[in-house]
Amino acid sequence: MIKNCLGRELPERIGDYVVRPYMGPYDTPAPGKTVVTRRMAGHWIPGESKRKETLRDAILASGLKDGMTISFHHAFREGDQVIAQVLTVIRELGIKNLRFAPSAVVNIRNPSIVDFVRDGTIGRIEASGIRGELGDAVLAGEMENPVILRPHGARPRAIEAGELQIDVAFIGASAADDYGNCTGQIGPNACGSLGYAFVDTYHAGCVIVVTDYLVEYPCVPRSISQQYVDYVVEVDSIGDPSKIGAGAARVTKNPRDLLIAERTANLIAASRRFKNGFSFQTGAGAISIATTKYLADCMKERGIKAGFALGGIPAAIIDMYDNGLIRVVECSQSFDAIAAQAIVSRPNVVEIDNADYANAYNKGCFLNREDFGVLGALEVDTDFHVNILTGSSGEMMGGLGGGPDVAGAAEIPIVAIPIIRGRTPSIVKRVRTLCTPGETIAAVVTEAGIALNPNHKNYAELKEDLEKTNLKLVTIEELQQLVERMTGVPKPIQTTDKVICIVEYRDGTVIDVIREVSTR
Amino acid sequence: MSKTELMRTSLYVGGTSPARMIQSGFYHADCLVYDLEDAVSTGEKDAARFLVYNAIKYQRPKDKYILIRINGIYSSELDEDLEAAVRAQPDAIRIPKVEYAEEVARIDEKITVIEKEAGLPVGGIQIWCNIESYQGALNARDIAKASPRVVAMALGAEDFTASMAAQRTKSGWEIFYARNLVLMACREAGISAQDAVFSDIKDMDGLQRDLEMTRALGFDGKTCVHPSQIDAVNACFTPTEKEILNAQRVLDALRQAGMNHTGVCTVDGGMVDKPMEIRARTVLAKAKAAGIEVGGIVQ
Amino acid sequence: MDLIKSAIAGTMESSDVRIILEPNHGGGIEIHLESVAKATFGDAIEATVRQVLAEFDVKDACITLNDRGALDCTIRARMQCAVCRAAETKYDWGKVDFHV
Repeated sequence: MIKNCLGRELPERIGDYVVRPYMGPYDTPAPGKTVVTRRMAGHWIPGESKRKETLRDAILASGLKDGMTISFHHAFREGDQVIAQVLTVIRELGIKNLRFAPSAVVNIRNPSIVDFVRDGTIGRIEASGIRGELGDAVLAGEMENPVILRPHGARPRAIEAGELQIDVAFIGASAADDYGNCTGQIGPNACGSLGYAFVDTYHAGCVIVVTDYLVEYPCVPRSISQQYVDYVVEVDSIGDPSKIGAGAARVTKNPRDLLIAERTANLIAASRRFKNGFSFQTGAGAISIATTKYLADCMKERGIKAGFALGGIPAAIIDMYDNGLIRVVECSQSFDAIAAQAIVSRPNVVEIDNADYANAYNKGCFLNREDFGVLGALEVDTDFHVNILTGSSGEMMGGLGGGPDVAGAAEIPIVAIPIIRGRTPSIVKRVRTLCTPGETIAAVVTEAGIALNPNHKNYAELKEDLEKTNLKLVTIEELQQLVERMTGVPKPIQTTDKVICIVEYRDGTVIDVIREVSTR
Repeated sequence: MSKTELMRTSLYVGGTSPARMIQSGFYHADCLVYDLEDAVSTGEKDAARFLVYNAIKYQRPKDKYILIRINGIYSSELDEDLEAAVRAQPDAIRIPKVEYAEEVARIDEKITVIEKEAGLPVGGIQIWCNIESYQGALNARDIAKASPRVVAMALGAEDFTASMAAQRTKSGWEIFYARNLVLMACREAGISAQDAVFSDIKDMDGLQRDLEMTRALGFDGKTCVHPSQIDAVNACFTPTEKEILNAQRVLDALRQAGMNHTGVCTVDGGMVDKPMEIRARTVLAKAKAAGIEVGGIVQ
Repeated sequence: MDLIKSAIAGTMESSDVRIILEPNHGGGIEIHLESVAKATFGDAIEATVRQVLAEFDVKDACITLNDRGALDCTIRARMQCAVCRAAETKYDWGKVDFHV
């Protein structure tokens, strides 16, 4: 057993996985070698067709065998219908023990991913988070091999470093032509940005485009180029539009959440970096999205325009763009139909590759230029370490998302959360699972006040800026003690020694592990 | 004015929802009113008493003035409400629909009895009276002086308007006279005057216009019906930078005149009289109480 | 104190607990707890339930709790309410007094 520099105990090896312990947010240098790829040079003679009649035909043509690695993107969120269809066919073909490596695991039902684990179709999982039935099954030790979880930016890194090599990538596209040019920006099930799919198209051994909306050749707009695509399959439906995100993502009405959102916007507005050309992102959480409305008010009041907004984009940010408050919107993901349609209709709302957004190991990503990032969390501890994976009872319920990436790169990363959810404290002495290292978090904003991190590189300037306002500054210890007085001291959850999940940091080192929960 | 006397905003929270009761502690209202009356259905009055008592006893928000609004004076719940409410030891008990001074005197006596039984300091719990009918408005002067416990009087506009068979409007002319009756009664008795609720939560512009009246008339505070109103109402009762600077100038001028023994003090070509001085001190006291750093306050 | 009938207190709202209290003549105290915070606060919840029953001197009861993350003061309040309803009695607020 070894301890990484944050004090987390890690085995030296877990099965065939060799643990490289986390050393620091900027401690791993560039790999110093060329990228690894499985992409084959091809040769398609004019007149040859890439179309396969059925998924079955395409999968057979791909040469998929037991033990290989398959991938999907998660742009369709809960409305995805590609994954279930593909896995069902794979199961029918009797292919087993696959490594399932989507960019994120969404909670699909009927069938659920866990069904494919239980019947042996899936033997390993690598993703950014797992939850629901699958999460429970993993936590109960149902998978033989530990799940590997990485933040968004680390997936392209791992692929280009050869740590994750994809044999067959399935790209769900809401519009595609018969030669593989495709996009998520148009079509009846448009999901918007296909940011998470790009790395798969560049480096997978075989790329299969799955669509329910075949368009005239050539497909325009085009996110993914025909030159990377092996086969195209048309199916009846790739997604459920109501679940992909009809209309605008709902904005919270909870007064407590709005209070936290307003406070977060006020913190941003108080910072010296809040000036013309600043950049920000808010991510998917209800509080984060609510922050945009208050931020927009501050911007209008002070006549400040943002240079760019980044990452997962909700309607609220498109609204700011339409009001002339943001020059460019760089979308790695679209959270609702309005954001999805905005890429086609607005010139400076553009689709970007997830690697361009968050990979720390290419020649420079957008996050390196970002000023403010607003993040969610399940728990934050008194060292400002963040847990976005496991709940209070140990259950798998979150996802790394791009949180560790944003914190690791943006100038002022802010966690905006309530101090208590029901009886569950969000501010604790020690997080259950360490996902984002505390030194990369600048501030925690709650309904009980704002705690600045004295160990963050921008602490001095942020403190100076905030002391000029009447925003309530407290210590993280005060917040933790306050919430403990409310809830009482929680009983610790017992685990066995079996590691069921490896939590990697941006650079592929292991920042923490999740162990199987012991049954009473 | 100590911080605990700041009564710019009071927020009602029904004794029915533990989630809301807990969250309310984090909003910026100066006063929290845990409600046993209108927010609670008949079948849940007992449950509300237990929730409110335990919430105040074990999860009392710091830095807030805590009130319990009991059921009506003639209701079957009154005695049990008081047994629970007094023992919870709030800062004050808020009585709905007060119409006569002797009603307040009666409640005062009941509170005293329970304070004694419970071994609590007699007189520790204050009273706020809600004026919610024409009768209450007409008797406001007597009600305001009915007991040394009474520290504030509030106008309940919806029920008042109903008692008048009038129509509740946003312009508020139908409550104009009642507002002033309550206000003057409060001034005479030296207690806090609390303005009526603006009930359209979605209309923030309407709230601002209503607050202009609240401020101009001279109210000390206003009841909020939803957390979204709190910041606007707090701001209404917090002196602006301009007002603070002006007040400082007035007091500086007085200090200078005092030092120079000139006997007459002017600011901007006008004489500083006693009312101006009092207004200036009030402004600075309110500013200080609202947490604004005011340097060098002249005594 | 004896419980006369079944009683319910509380709701299924977040931060609340729904308690069904039933007489259990001669059966002692039986607690059935479902909670979103069972692993971390299950023991604490049961302790509070037993404490309130002891305060009322209730020896036989069957308590079913559906907890949605209620704080201790809420569990206490809901239990006190349920016992009074089940025993058809008014609460003696004076029993917490420090008698001078």
